[in-house]
Amino acid sequence: MSEKVKITIDGITVEVEPGTTILNAARQIGGDIVPPAMCYYSKLEGSGGKCRTCLVKVSKGSEKDPRPMPKLVASCRTGVMDGMEVQNITSPEVIEARKGIVEFLLINHPLDCPICDQAGECDLQNLGYEHGAADTRYEFDRRTFEKIDIGDKIQLHMTRCILCYRCVFTADQLTNNRVHGILGRGDASEISTYIQQSITNDFSGNVIDVCPVGALTDKTFRFKNRVWFTKPVDAHRDCPTCKGKVALWYKGEEVLRVTGRKDQYGEVEDFICNACRFDHKKTSDWVIEGPRHIDRTSVISSNHYETLQPLPVIQKNKTLMEANKVEFERTKKI
Amino acid sequence: MTRKLLLEHIQVPDIHTFDVYRKHGGYRAIEKVLKGMSPDDVVEEVKKSGLRGRGGAGFPTGMKWSFLAKPEGKSRYLVCNADESEPGTFKDRYLMTYLPHLLIEGMIVSSFALGAKVSYIYVRGEMMPQIRILEKAIAEARNAGFLGKNILGSGYDLELYVQPGGGAYICGEETALIESLEGKRGLPRIKPPFPAISGLWACPTVVNNVESIAAVVPIINDGGDEYAKRGNGRSTGTKLISASGNLMKPGVYEIELGLPVEEFIYSDEYCGGIANGKRLKAVVAGGSSVPILPANLILKTTSGENRLMTYESLSDGGFQTGTMLGSGGFIAFDEDACIVRNTWNFARFYHHESCGQCSPCREGTGWMEKVLHRLEYGHGQMSDIDLLLDVSKKIEGNTICPLGDAAAWPVASAIRHFRDEFEWHVTHPKEAMERNYGLANYANPLSQTMQNVYQK
Repeated sequence: MSEKVKITIDGITVEVEPGTTILNAARQIGGDIVPPAMCYYSKLEGSGGKCRTCLVKVSKGSEKDPRPMPKLVASCRTGVMDGMEVQNITSPEVIEARKGIVEFLLINHPLDCPICDQAGECDLQNLGYEHGAADTRYEFDRRTFEKIDIGDKIQLHMTRCILCYRCVFTADQLTNNRVHGILGRGDASEISTYIQQSITNDFSGNVIDVCPVGALTDKTFRFKNRVWFTKPVDAHRDCPTCKGKVALWYKGEEVLRVTGRKDQYGEVEDFICNACRFDHKKTSDWVIEGPRHIDRTSVISSNHYETLQPLPVIQKNKTLMEANKVEFERTKKI
Repeated sequence: MTRKLLLEHIQVPDIHTFDVYRKHGGYRAIEKVLKGMSPDDVVEEVKKSGLRGRGGAGFPTGMKWSFLAKPEGKSRYLVCNADESEPGTFKDRYLMTYLPHLLIEGMIVSSFALGAKVSYIYVRGEMMPQIRILEKAIAEARNAGFLGKNILGSGYDLELYVQPGGGAYICGEETALIESLEGKRGLPRIKPPFPAISGLWACPTVVNNVESIAAVVPIINDGGDEYAKRGNGRSTGTKLISASGNLMKPGVYEIELGLPVEEFIYSDEYCGGIANGKRLKAVVAGGSSVPILPANLILKTTSGENRLMTYESLSDGGFQTGTMLGSGGFIAFDEDACIVRNTWNFARFYHHESCGQCSPCREGTGWMEKVLHRLEYGHGQMSDIDLLLDVSKKIEGNTICPLGDAAAWPVASAIRHFRDEFEWHVTHPKEAMERNYGLANYANPLSQTMQNVYQK
């Protein structure tokens, strides 16, 4: 491999392979400076560049050509150059643009989180909390669509879709014949199958995992439970079609759903087959590896694990301590 | 104006047929090029001419050609962008209807210069008559031996195809055009890589506007230096302007760049003034996507000089007080025109034509259209005006292709220059439905308005 290139993102320098994108370089550093990505999915070739949430400012092009880039660039599709300097959260321009993008993504989103299966593990929710404004300036009717069943296991609720095209790339790249794409143009475009044809391919279920919002949901899990009441557990099985490495989502003794193992950026480790995802929902089907790590800040970690301890705000306040007395005692017993 | 370069023989009857065109000196450029010039000579000649892209961006054509990658074993393509769909621009359609052979001659010369063996003319789907005209003209040229194998015994082969598009504005963006030509959805690609490196079927490709390609013919006939003598400063040569709106004589005019805007509007040789004895209120100088300017700013720059029809003079003052030459879609508005309604109309167009690929443009254009509709129909609030500005600012520059900018600029500029009129629509909703705001002070000499508006 050729020599590594140096890139500085928000003042932190990292050495990466040439050809890496700015976003992936930032992911190597990790932490707050990683730009959010709604449409980019490292395992899908050609994805990215569409949602524009990952826009960053390149304040120095490279060592050879130090001119800054004239516009904000999509970090997921821009390659690094040696000596490049990038501003993400240190640039007010980027923060402002990102706030705008979040607003644009939300103006036609139904905000039906209370009844959405994706709530709690939704990229758009996280993005909204971190970068959005508290209220909307949009006062018109929102775009709505009828729900469509694509196949007997997947439901498409186009109203929630943010048109990231991830599922289109998935259907293109994991399945042999293309049955799934975009119809229409502009804000009338919609994800659809060819004349409501169902998707039958073995790996079609992955469109659920790649969907950053609740537009594509697992019909075997729909309305069964909120994700933060379930506990994810790593498990595997000897599967003839896929690697069989999954996450099982338990409520009590029962496996409510099976998904791929998602990393901190919402990307699955391996795509799993439909047999694993939809048809094997008994503990006896699987070899359990252990509980999955859940980010402390994730809503899924509420109700169990780390947050069993009283929150710091309660510990400091005597009145609150008194009010939560019963809760504390129960915690101690566990 | 002395001699026209593109429209010299436009008045000749049957100039669209091969024989008549040939009799009037047509296809001379091909003979000259194939019999005594190398491809590099042609590129050099175009560079010398200073020809700038006529599609809107104004990028020097010769420079664009010299950027074309020339890897071994890969074919190169020339694509002519005839997907003209900008509101206010109709020069390419005019050229293709009356002078199809000029375009074909230009295509052959340009393809030779770039070493393309196959070239395409991507025509907007609605222009069916022009597609038939071009196909007939191509057949005529082929029969005469100017297309096909071994053109004029020079050993150079060229196939020329006409490809109808689906009628989408976005396919006028070069990478979307290439996608569409490949048979996919016309979505702009993310750049880099630029088409000069990886374009049509991942091969190096040059995409040029109809008028740019047609302009190559006079450049070769007369020489690049001769062409560069026409025009003004870095804006060399002549340009077709599609004049429309409330003018005495709307239509396509070939002007020498450097003509004062005032002369273009009022002289009898060109538009002949404003129709029905009205007064000029505003002008969109280069097609719907460039900033709109009030009458006082389009005739004079802020420094008091006459504004000329050149790339530089029209953009004098940046976006604050200037505009752009764009594709030459010159729309004049008289005192009876409502700027709010016009802005809404433009916003509606961009909303309809947004491809939906990236979020700011997909959602933002629709939002702006709805707010403008509300303002136009008397339901607006004062805060809407700032909202529009904010939304346009958040679209601008954050999209994959320039359509987002094109949608944002007309809205931002209309509010910048015609804020009074927008406010009047809010404060007098009933009146706004019955009559127009009128000329107000938009045509007053600049010195009076400068203080309160442009020096904030």
